[in-house]
Amino acid sequence: MSKEATKTAKPKENKPAETAKAATEVKAENATAVAEREIPYKQPPTPPPAPAKKKKKNKISRRENNWHGWLFIGPYALIFSIFILIPVILAVILSFTNFNAIQFPKFVGFLNYITILTNDEVFMKYVLPNTVVYAVVVGIGGYVLSFVLAWALCNLTKPVRTVCALILYSPSMTTGVAMTVLWKVIFSGDQAGLLNSWLMELGVITEPIIWLTDSRYLLPIVIVIGLWSSMGIGFLSMIAGILNNDESLYEAAAIDGVSNRFQEMFYITIPQMKPQMLFAAVMAIVNAFQNGMVTSMLVGNPSPGYASQLMVNHIEDYGFLRYEMGYAAAVSVVLLLIVQLFSKACNTLLTEKDPYGKKGGDEDEQGEEN
Amino acid sequence: MNKGKKINPKGFEIGQLKILAIILPLVIFMGMPIIFIINHAFKPMEELFAFPPTFFVRKPTMENFTKLMEFSNNSGIPLSRYVFNSVIVTLLTVGISLLLTTMSAYALSKIKFKGRNLLTQINQIAIMFVSTAVLIPRYLVVCQLGLINNVLAHVLPLVAMPVALFLVKQFVEQVPDSLLEAAYMDGATDMTVYYKVILPMIKPAIATAAILVFQQVWTNMETSNYYFQDDSMKTLTFYMNTLVNANNTVAGQGMGAAASLIMFLPNLILFIILQNKVMNTMASSGIK
Repeated sequence: MSKEATKTAKPKENKPAETAKAATEVKAENATAVAEREIPYKQPPTPPPAPAKKKKKNKISRRENNWHGWLFIGPYALIFSIFILIPVILAVILSFTNFNAIQFPKFVGFLNYITILTNDEVFMKYVLPNTVVYAVVVGIGGYVLSFVLAWALCNLTKPVRTVCALILYSPSMTTGVAMTVLWKVIFSGDQAGLLNSWLMELGVITEPIIWLTDSRYLLPIVIVIGLWSSMGIGFLSMIAGILNNDESLYEAAAIDGVSNRFQEMFYITIPQMKPQMLFAAVMAIVNAFQNGMVTSMLVGNPSPGYASQLMVNHIEDYGFLRYEMGYAAAVSVVLLLIVQLFSKACNTLLTEKDPYGKKGGDEDEQGEEN
Repeated sequence: MNKGKKINPKGFEIGQLKILAIILPLVIFMGMPIIFIINHAFKPMEELFAFPPTFFVRKPTMENFTKLMEFSNNSGIPLSRYVFNSVIVTLLTVGISLLLTTMSAYALSKIKFKGRNLLTQINQIAIMFVSTAVLIPRYLVVCQLGLINNVLAHVLPLVAMPVALFLVKQFVEQVPDSLLEAAYMDGATDMTVYYKVILPMIKPAIATAAILVFQQVWTNMETSNYYFQDDSMKTLTFYMNTLVNANNTVAGQGMGAAASLIMFLPNLILFIILQNKVMNTMASSGIK
């Protein structure tokens, strides 16, 4: 049904676009051309109302399926509630208490939160700025980098792309054990450290830098490692998303006057792969805020002079070294709120980027491809 | 005509060299540490502490691996036991997790039922919560359920992965409704639609989720650390990590390098097997 609809719609649509192309200058025209192209795609969602019986029947059958939904999601929901939801709720409750992991928690109201805001010098002076810097560089930087790389890889032939993707992705696989050994050898503070020895050979420095205890270098090192391992699963989903784009759209866009690759990227590629972009964004945010492993593995917790102390490390510090669970829980609730704020912003940004309107846009666009 | 058709090119063109030239330095930068791990693991003792330090191995040996074997054989519980534990736990978790995740992704994006939006929201928020923060409450829950020292304590806490659900859901949403409607019209039940329509069409997503879950399980130390007192029930990751941390001596260096390679390889192999599916266009799986 919808296939025929788009087929008949397309030729009609192309003519005005082509004549328009001949007439006007490129940039303003591109937007309208793309917009014009988009119009027929909005149609498929409208045809269904025409065969009204079909839709109605379907709606009924789906409404009847009501409890089937719970059947499908039930097992997941159960395990999710037990091992994630309940612990999270418990953590939120704990954040209002004074809990030392031995005695029964004592309710203290908002005291923990007040302490964070007014009394925790380390948090305000080191932890928060560090976290912001780290999140901005690794989160945004990593996100942009992985999109650009994914896009570049998609312009290469398959064998080359596969090898490159494998290499770029592999750092994100190396957590824990592998990482510690590796980075300790590279950033070792004596002359036998790989980086020191290279820099000395090049004549940049004359004596070894003690990378891992010097507070000037600690945060940059952690950021570099963070960026290095940021081409994770979000990166893969971006590749899948770009490859997933409808090729005929590119041809059509070329006819309509999209002349350079960047226009192509903004008008065709990104709007088409918004679900994947959103997923990658969420992953980037989560990575940016939750990656505290690097610091504690590399230099221990707390890090020298709190130079690379991130919020996650702060939580670990209070929770597992000082056993102030209530306070640790409060800090993690604050972290949750910050992350939530960013992901909300991301959500609106990625939906507003689409010039053709509302949230349901993706599904409509996808439907038209058939 | 063919101007715009540059995504996923079939053949080689000169234009690709430009792109390659730009990304090649980055690729090398990203790949270097990995190559270093591989080289490091095969270095004999004198090369590990050579001055100036070497990047590539000159005389590769298996010395580090044999040392690792010997060390674990002397420590009471053989290495094979940890490998066995890890394999069982990983297979169970990945299997169950994929089943639950795909089922709920289907329900959340294609079946209309009460509470759907709420569940989606909750799941979304749960992605953001730092696991460190829920460590203690989760331990209390596991205790209450009597799962301490039970294999299930390795599996269940990791089975429900909000991120994986989010990923798979994004893909299921792209399955056109018309296809499902057609299936419903032909009298298919929800189960058949899930099994015969949804699953075959979201294979790339399943492959990606599999990698995601595998990584989480394989590198997880939390369960071994907190829910098990019995050493013979702990996983390979835990063992390797204690080994690296405990032997931060001269002799431990080589073993640590070998251990890191052993931990890294399964990830790499799985990714190589699945990468085709992951990066495949959805087109080939029937969406177009």
